[in-house]
Amino acid sequence: MNSFFERKYIIQGIFIAIALLIIARLFYLQIIDNSYILSANNNVLRKVIVYPARGVVLDRHGQVLVQNEPVYDILVTPREVKNIDTLFLCQLLDINKEEFDKRLKKARDHSPYRASTFEKLLDVKTFAKFQEHLDKFSGFQAQPRTIRHYPDSIAAHFLGYIQEVQEKDIEKSNGFYRSGDYIGASGVERSYEELIRGTRGIKNQMVDAFSRPKGIFMDGKYDTLAVSGDGLVSSLDKNLQMLAEKLMKNKLGSIVAIEPATGEILTYVSSPGYDPNMMVGRQRGNNYMKLLNDPNRPLFNRPIAASYPPGSVFKVVAALTAQQAGVINPQTVFNCPGGYYVNGARMRCTHVDGPTDLIKSIQKSCNTYYGYVYARMLDSRGISTPEAYSLWREGLTKFGLGNPLGIDLPGEKGGGIYTAEQYTKKFGSAKWKSTYNISNSIGQGEIGITPLQMANIMAIVANRGFYYRPHLIKGIGEKQIVKKEYTEKLFAGVDAKHYEPVIEGMSRVVNMPGGTGYSVKINGIEMCGKTGTVQNAHGENHAVFFAFAPRVNPKIAIAVFVENAGYGGTWAGPIASMLTEQYLRDTITLPKHLQDRIYNGYLLPKVEKKKEEVKKEDNKIDSSKTNNQIAIANKKKELVVHHSQIVR
Amino acid sequence: MNNQNNSFFGRIDWITIALWLALCIIGLFNIHAAVFNPEHPGLFNMETNYGKQSIYIFTAIIIGFSILIIDQRFFISAAPIIYFIVVLLLITVLIVGRNVGGNQAWIPIGSFRLQPSEFAKLATCLLLAVYLNSQSSKTPNMQSLLIGCCIVLFPVFLVMLQPDTGSALAFFSLIFVFYREGYVSTKFMVFGGLAIVLFVLALLVPNEWILIISLTLIATISIYLNRQKRKHIINISVLFLASIIYVLSVDFVYENVLQSHQRNRIDIILGKMDDPRGQGYNLNQSKIAIGSGQLFGKGYLQGTQTKYNFVPEQSTDFIFCTIGEEWGFVGSVTLIGIYIFLLLRIINIAERQRTTFARVYAYGVASILFFHFFINIGMTIGIVPVIGIPLPFISYGGSSLWSFTILLFLLLRFDSARKGINQN
Repeated sequence: MNSFFERKYIIQGIFIAIALLIIARLFYLQIIDNSYILSANNNVLRKVIVYPARGVVLDRHGQVLVQNEPVYDILVTPREVKNIDTLFLCQLLDINKEEFDKRLKKARDHSPYRASTFEKLLDVKTFAKFQEHLDKFSGFQAQPRTIRHYPDSIAAHFLGYIQEVQEKDIEKSNGFYRSGDYIGASGVERSYEELIRGTRGIKNQMVDAFSRPKGIFMDGKYDTLAVSGDGLVSSLDKNLQMLAEKLMKNKLGSIVAIEPATGEILTYVSSPGYDPNMMVGRQRGNNYMKLLNDPNRPLFNRPIAASYPPGSVFKVVAALTAQQAGVINPQTVFNCPGGYYVNGARMRCTHVDGPTDLIKSIQKSCNTYYGYVYARMLDSRGISTPEAYSLWREGLTKFGLGNPLGIDLPGEKGGGIYTAEQYTKKFGSAKWKSTYNISNSIGQGEIGITPLQMANIMAIVANRGFYYRPHLIKGIGEKQIVKKEYTEKLFAGVDAKHYEPVIEGMSRVVNMPGGTGYSVKINGIEMCGKTGTVQNAHGENHAVFFAFAPRVNPKIAIAVFVENAGYGGTWAGPIASMLTEQYLRDTITLPKHLQDRIYNGYLLPKVEKKKEEVKKEDNKIDSSKTNNQIAIANKKKELVVHHSQIVR
Repeated sequence: MNNQNNSFFGRIDWITIALWLALCIIGLFNIHAAVFNPEHPGLFNMETNYGKQSIYIFTAIIIGFSILIIDQRFFISAAPIIYFIVVLLLITVLIVGRNVGGNQAWIPIGSFRLQPSEFAKLATCLLLAVYLNSQSSKTPNMQSLLIGCCIVLFPVFLVMLQPDTGSALAFFSLIFVFYREGYVSTKFMVFGGLAIVLFVLALLVPNEWILIISLTLIATISIYLNRQKRKHIINISVLFLASIIYVLSVDFVYENVLQSHQRNRIDIILGKMDDPRGQGYNLNQSKIAIGSGQLFGKGYLQGTQTKYNFVPEQSTDFIFCTIGEEWGFVGSVTLIGIYIFLLLRIINIAERQRTTFARVYAYGVASILFFHFFINIGMTIGIVPVIGIPLPFISYGGSSLWSFTILLFLLLRFDSARKGINQN
């Protein structure tokens, strides 16, 4: 045989050695090193977030306030765009050729293989036309999503709006939100964001080497479903709300109506309002700027963020706290010579009331009476005036004044009442007396309260001494859960027995001929109310009316605040009356001419150009903050007015 | 011995045929997986690589069995003519060839593309066997070696002109034939192996001075240990100097002779370049595919790397990725097992031949198959540079399948006739 026969073994050895080398390497790659399975998944898997539908908000009777409406985004995959009728497509989407080229280029720069958004938020009607021809536009596809829709265009400030998240939202959420997500930005949408947004789902999308989608990983085994957000049942009465908004048309101001027995808010109007549908869809950006630049500031949430001196309606609180403090009783009589002139204090009444008791003081809104009450509260209690003032102030805070009430809306302000220390500082000494700030006695001076607090005072009176925190949402999710803080009964610090004389006075305001609210009396329903007029340095006075009805077992407590409307009984009274009757009886018996006057009333201020510019600048800054500052500024100006000018 | 298994079919090595068929079918299934499109999962489509490969396999069976019927002496006498025709084709391809992926390697014939370099290996093997057989009466000498080398290197030269480096390198595997026949010594093989290792090191070590200093150190220690034996000292010194010159020239070749894509591939395989999205993409994706297969694989048609085209050229050069991903370590080792079994079987056949011709030819077949096996799988798992050569019987491609089939079946034909040749 061949002499080199044994070399066969060497060759075989080399073959086997190489095979073992390969196997060893495979063992390392496939068994030991686990990073490759991860890399393979990274290659092929894209976690796609499936957005849940936001929760729907209903009114107290189950009618829809906000729901979701389908819209369509048009996506484009630039590489697949071939031989399409560009002009026709532009016509369908209502864009021009340059815009088309611009968008296509942007998409191509992003990725030629991946679908990116070409057009956002097409409504169903526009999309239907486009869809008919979709097959002719290769590379284009539609992606359905939902946006908010408000069928009756009401309750904008109450419901709020959603917007794309901003950098600070993303930071705050620890990465929960991603750029492009939507978040509740105001109103209920914001305060209930975490419940209403639902739970996102994750879809494990597989993609090929060019990032083109290629089906679902493991047939969806590792996918999670999106869970729709909790539905909310609000306390709002839709019909009442619609009427209230109609009544406040072309007027500035607020309406808040509360069901006293529960603290549920029945009506919540901030005027001027806006159509909440403006804040969704393709025109949102333009609309938002328009609203932001409107000198009447429709985005300002007046019922909770505006702060005004309450004016004469404050006398109700003054009468109640004074009785509780024991400085007066229903029989206490002060003589009104047409004004309060004590120790240099000058506070005029519009007419001479003569000897006045508690009931009459409310009925006639006697400034003199409350001057004496305030003097007794501060100067005759055997302690120093600042200490007595602190007690007086504490009484007010128990009525929910001076601090936010805790409504379920973002941006609530607490109004403001000076502390004793602030006065001591202001007057430069602790030896000040009631005469130094006598205007506090009648709800002017350094007292600012929000329309919500005003309505809440009425709820306390209606309940004869207690309240529930006013709130907008009475049921969360399927189980209709109410937040715990809204089931807590709060005592206002004044015993029930002290309410009757005050209520009697309020009843006479409306129901006795000659009362300041007699013109808005509702036949057959005993409404108890109180008018107020707040001096306004800029123009017409602000009109206030608050009331509750019926007197026995009250169902509604309401506060109406109309800016620049003049005398309280003229504008605010009829509005409160109409709403109360509508709510209690589902009809309005107020004379037709009175109703028409309200519907057609135009009380928007003539805006000076200069003022507008200032407000525009302000609006560029964080709006809620600015609003507050302006409110305070306004308040300060109002404080300057002479007490003598105050009318009841 | 005379009358046992004397019938024609009884003398055919059916084990080899079974292994061959197994590899073809494994290939077919994995080509199907590689081209499988989940959106159009039709089982059989003549337009896909899968459909075409079925026809190639069918044709290969016909070709294979035709060879078994033809008299083996025809091939022996036709060897120079076959060699001549292949050389003509290699020249033709340079003139009329289709350029695919930078290589002018294909002659289009209708819808089919002929790759002459695949057939060149076969023709070279055959002619080399005929030539070395004619020299078998003498002891191995330098003249025979040189002529033998010329037979091998002439087609290498033509293939390099395409330039198809991968196919050209395959011819060098025939060194095993020369080694087995005694034309080169074991020492030469050892030095050759060392040269390859040094070559890799020269490229891997960023500064050649480190390598030169290391070599100097090793040489100094060796001389010190052998300080009593003068002859050894001279040998070591010569070897040392040769190594230094070699390392320096490797750098020169690397910088000035290799083409840039080859340089990049070497860089990547040596880990000098980390560029998973550029040149390293193929290798990286290939390793991800195989590595993610783990022990049992993802299952047939379930490989995401394969299905979604992350691995390029996955039905041809990177077919092993599909096997690694979908069949895992178990499947890969099984395939390697079948291959090694086939290679050892061929060596077994080679050693039972009575003629130098058949033995040389058999070793030629084993060498070429081994080279393809090692380089192809090695490149997919990152132990050899990415060189574009097919995995025999498994990669998609008619030229490749037919040429390897003819290569193997000629051997079976010669094997089945070994007694006849002996009697003549």
